Amino acid sequence: MPSNRTSVISPQKHPHVSSSELLAFLAGKRFLLDELPFPPELIQSHYEHGYLSYQEGIVRTEHGYQCMRCGNRQVHLFASFMCARCGKMCTYCRQCIAMGRVSECTPLVISAFPIESTVYEQPLVWNGALSKGQRQAAEAVTRAIENNEEWLVWAVCGAGKTEVLFPGINRALELGKRVCIATPRTDVVLELAPRLQQAFPSVPVIALYGGSEDRSKQAPLVIATTHQLLRFYRAFDTMIIDEVDAFPYSVEPMLQYATEQARRETASLIYLTATPHQSWQQEIKRGRRKAITIPARYHGYPLPIPSFEWCGNWRKKVKRGTLPANVYAWIRKRIQTGKQAFLFVPHIELLQRVVSILKPFDHRIEGVHAEDDERKEKVRAFRKGEIPLLVTTTILERGVTVPNIDVAVLGAEDDIFTEGALVQIAGRVGRSAHYPNGDIRFFHYGKTRAMVQARRQIIRMNKEATERGLLKSP
Amino acid sequence: MSEYCLLCHRRYAQRMSWRHLLMLKQTDVLCHECRCSFVLIAGDLCECCGRPFDRVDESYRQGELCIDCVRWKHDSTWSGVLTKNRSVYVYDAFMKEVIARWKFRGDYALVEAFRTDMCREFFRHFPRNSILVPIPLSSARLYERGFNQAKALAELLGLPILDALERFDSAKQSKKSRHERLETDRVFHLRSDVSLPAGASFVLIDDIYTTGTTVHHAAKVLRHAGAVDISSFTLARS
Repeated sequence: MPSNRTSVISPQKHPHVSSSELLAFLAGKRFLLDELPFPPELIQSHYEHGYLSYQEGIVRTEHGYQCMRCGNRQVHLFASFMCARCGKMCTYCRQCIAMGRVSECTPLVISAFPIESTVYEQPLVWNGALSKGQRQAAEAVTRAIENNEEWLVWAVCGAGKTEVLFPGINRALELGKRVCIATPRTDVVLELAPRLQQAFPSVPVIALYGGSEDRSKQAPLVIATTHQLLRFYRAFDTMIIDEVDAFPYSVEPMLQYATEQARRETASLIYLTATPHQSWQQEIKRGRRKAITIPARYHGYPLPIPSFEWCGNWRKKVKRGTLPANVYAWIRKRIQTGKQAFLFVPHIELLQRVVSILKPFDHRIEGVHAEDDERKEKVRAFRKGEIPLLVTTTILERGVTVPNIDVAVLGAEDDIFTEGALVQIAGRVGRSAHYPNGDIRFFHYGKTRAMVQARRQIIRMNKEATERGLLKSP
Repeated sequence: MSEYCLLCHRRYAQRMSWRHLLMLKQTDVLCHECRCSFVLIAGDLCECCGRPFDRVDESYRQGELCIDCVRWKHDSTWSGVLTKNRSVYVYDAFMKEVIARWKFRGDYALVEAFRTDMCREFFRHFPRNSILVPIPLSSARLYERGFNQAKALAELLGLPILDALERFDSAKQSKKSRHERLETDRVFHLRSDVSLPAGASFVLIDDIYTTGTTVHHAAKVLRHAGAVDISSFTLARS
């Protein structure tokens, strides 16, 4: 049962404050004056009583400006204009303008009171069992949340990292902590929200993404994309950053800023990833970053290890309308035996060529890429088994899980296939307990460091899983 | 040389040619992909309102005029009020998004993306001694946006600007139907402190020409005040 914790504001001292709709609207958030659906006189009187305060939206720095909402400091993302409001040349931020213009004369409004929190007693209702590896990680996450620490969970693809969070989130809610899960993609928000709501039925859960309806609501458990995080201020005691390596490079500084602003100073910070960047791997190795690994999949079978196969100058062949003989052979075998497969290629233009080369082979073969309007339909058709081979760019490297498939990469030496991308791609194979094996092959025209490191990372994880006794005995 | 595109914020290599170096021609503020997404109005146009005939059905055309302009001409209250209209870009889905970001989101800096095309097209259709009259915003709307988009466009052209008009009502034009728009009489009035120079050519400046109602209303106010030659020039038209 939820019960209100004694909050910092005592209603006796400020009788009309506790009932203020404006302060409830502002709780844990930071808004532009224009975004507040309240009359200016009301806002002003709250300000005069000290119930809310104004922050400068744009601050001058040594080298230029900083936007206090999104943290932007890049010179080319600021501009000035003759402002009809302040009657002066007024500088504004162009990075976060889609959320309304932050300029020198538009303050950000915050509440003077910390957000109230609610305590829940044993809110987790979930009957699933954690694997040994998951359990060890879940304990580490729970401890980090209790002690307000920063931890990284390095879980292989298919380890079941969402369930690993359940005991930690449960503990957080028992302690009256507010929890936020930030993720790079809207589809992850949409997938995660119902799972969490199901696991925590008594707790209000809100999902925030561009165009979502939950925007003005408040809840102790929030799942949000980066941009949506920008409206929060000192709101969370526990921040969980999912797939931390998957945030586009361009939004990384904004994510970092948004995380810093949205959490309380003491909040715990949990990072989840299957493929941490090299610099983080180094920090973990040297003991400079607290991390726990889940080296085994929840089903207890080892990760399939990619094999490398040289395929000559495949680009030239594709230009001439054909594929290297060994690639052809690989595809022919899958189609003859009826085993479904993904074929990853580096770019859209190549994808279209490869699809047209393969169509005469089997007309059901399809290609899918980021700007494809029928992307969802094609993935659905593949799941149903209507498409024997799906040619794809790196967009399907994460998230899409189909049981019993083989995977090949054509041109694994391309720069777009980083170590992380290749590990993710290999992670598509053998996801189901019924079909824990599968073929993962990197066709290349010259081995790269990324390929070697990806394979090494997978082998190392299998070794660690064996040593920790996390694998099923053969 | 590498810059950030004003629209998509990506880095891009500017296309340099001898023309840029020798004539000190301005390099583009947009990347090639974004620039190619702007569609210039060209080809066979309605003599009066500048509507491109190849984008509408043949039935919209009567000789050198489109049927909307024929309607304006047959209406005695509006006949001859506006000499002509010309516009720079086709108001397609892309343009709609760009204008929304510029005007409604308030990304003022985007006005620079229009500069070269605005200037070239203006001087193709209008004389150098024109006087520009930007369509005004209501004071509430001006406060909301922080700038008047029509004035920002006029400032690109480097000609004298006369703030001759003021708006009466504040109801949003874009929410009304054509009929409603024609019905709402008197949208603008002449500012009391303004007198129009005699014999001058006036060009009204606005962002979008949809039905032509806004510029017709504005032109009528100028005509009452003694102006003879009144045209309009907009950034985009549907």
